[in-house]
Amino acid sequence: MAGHDHDHDHHDHEHGSELSETQLRVRALETVLTEKGYIDPTALDAIIEAYETKIGPRNGSVVIAKAWTDPNFKKALLEDATKAVASMGHMSRVGDHLVAVENTPQRHNMIVCTLCSCYPWEVLGLPPVWYKSAPYRSRAVKDPRGVLNDFGIALPKDTEVRVWDSTAETRFIVLPMRPAGTEGWSEEKLADLVTRDSMIGTGLALNPAEMK
Amino acid sequence: MDGVHDMGGMDGFGKVEAEVNEPPFHAPWEGRVLAMQRAMGYAGAWHIDHSRFAQEKLPPATYLTASYYQRWALAMEKNVTERGYATPEELKSGHAQAAGKNLPRKLTPDVVGAGLTRSSFYRQPQGAQKFKPGDRVRTKNIHPATHTRLPRYARDKLGVVEMCHGCHMYPDSVANDQGDNPQWLYTVVFDSRELWGPDADPTLKISIDAFEPYLDPA
Repeated sequence: MAGHDHDHDHHDHEHGSELSETQLRVRALETVLTEKGYIDPTALDAIIEAYETKIGPRNGSVVIAKAWTDPNFKKALLEDATKAVASMGHMSRVGDHLVAVENTPQRHNMIVCTLCSCYPWEVLGLPPVWYKSAPYRSRAVKDPRGVLNDFGIALPKDTEVRVWDSTAETRFIVLPMRPAGTEGWSEEKLADLVTRDSMIGTGLALNPAEMK
Repeated sequence: MDGVHDMGGMDGFGKVEAEVNEPPFHAPWEGRVLAMQRAMGYAGAWHIDHSRFAQEKLPPATYLTASYYQRWALAMEKNVTERGYATPEELKSGHAQAAGKNLPRKLTPDVVGAGLTRSSFYRQPQGAQKFKPGDRVRTKNIHPATHTRLPRYARDKLGVVEMCHGCHMYPDSVANDQGDNPQWLYTVVFDSRELWGPDADPTLKISIDAFEPYLDPA
């Protein structure tokens, strides 16, 4: 049905007949690709299950918690995040080109992909809808403090804000600042403070008082 | 191409609205679309830059109003039919009418783990690295009608090379079926006032990852 884009003037209606049309088209696509021998539906099931159950921001949280407690690991992470994360062995493997960027009292980092939706899937899971949306992609590079405000975050006026636009295959993860009052905490307990948004740079790590 | 996908710096899209406890997928078909994309990529049917380019070529109104996975599905239909993996009639009827083309490999459940790891984009350099961290560069003023990863807001701007990421396959060539054409890749950082004018937030710095052909010495 490619080439019949005039049929799709109603994509703003994400319900009713439009949704069922999408469902039907996706089903047709899967059936044809399967019958052609290109794909195996049981492999699709396994991929979906992995993203629903295994590949999520907890992967990144344990990396950050380790960096907070182990200075050698932190150094290795900032030097070569792909290698450092692979050395932890809790993920099957991380693709090349992962870069960790460190928040400090002087500098706050934020990640965006203005051109599409590049995101470090292996450590953060699938990106949330807002990350892929026009409001975030358009504003993050021009008004990141305004975006942070949408997330309820106000940085000190003189903090440098550094925005990383993921325009190639490099993937970035933010190493947020470790919250005060967490001295002596275990890596596992610390990991609970590391939110997904704190690793994108649209949030900060939770304070102990904010823990549920 | 100068499309609506190139959104950096545009105004008027409103607030960023986060969904609380967002699920990985909002409907089962979204997961099927994502998984098909991964499986076709693993099989070697097309490259990620072909998927991006196919989305960029959607009519602007479609691009802006389709949901994220609807865009993926539309782009996949384009790549399937334009690259000869199935005919529009087959997609319309929902069944294959002829045998498929040969693909290098197939994603089966036993290799799904490997299929979920991103492949490396490193390639053998064709020439020496031209820039090093600290070098001043000016991005080129280019407007190719085809796929590029140099965003509009960062064209013809003065920046500083901060990192070199090695030599990578070059999306501008890959998306045009002109081969990997490996190029050195750099993080180039810009002062906000260089990009957004004298009234921009002076505490803000923005970087892009720029392939060497996008850059001139400055």
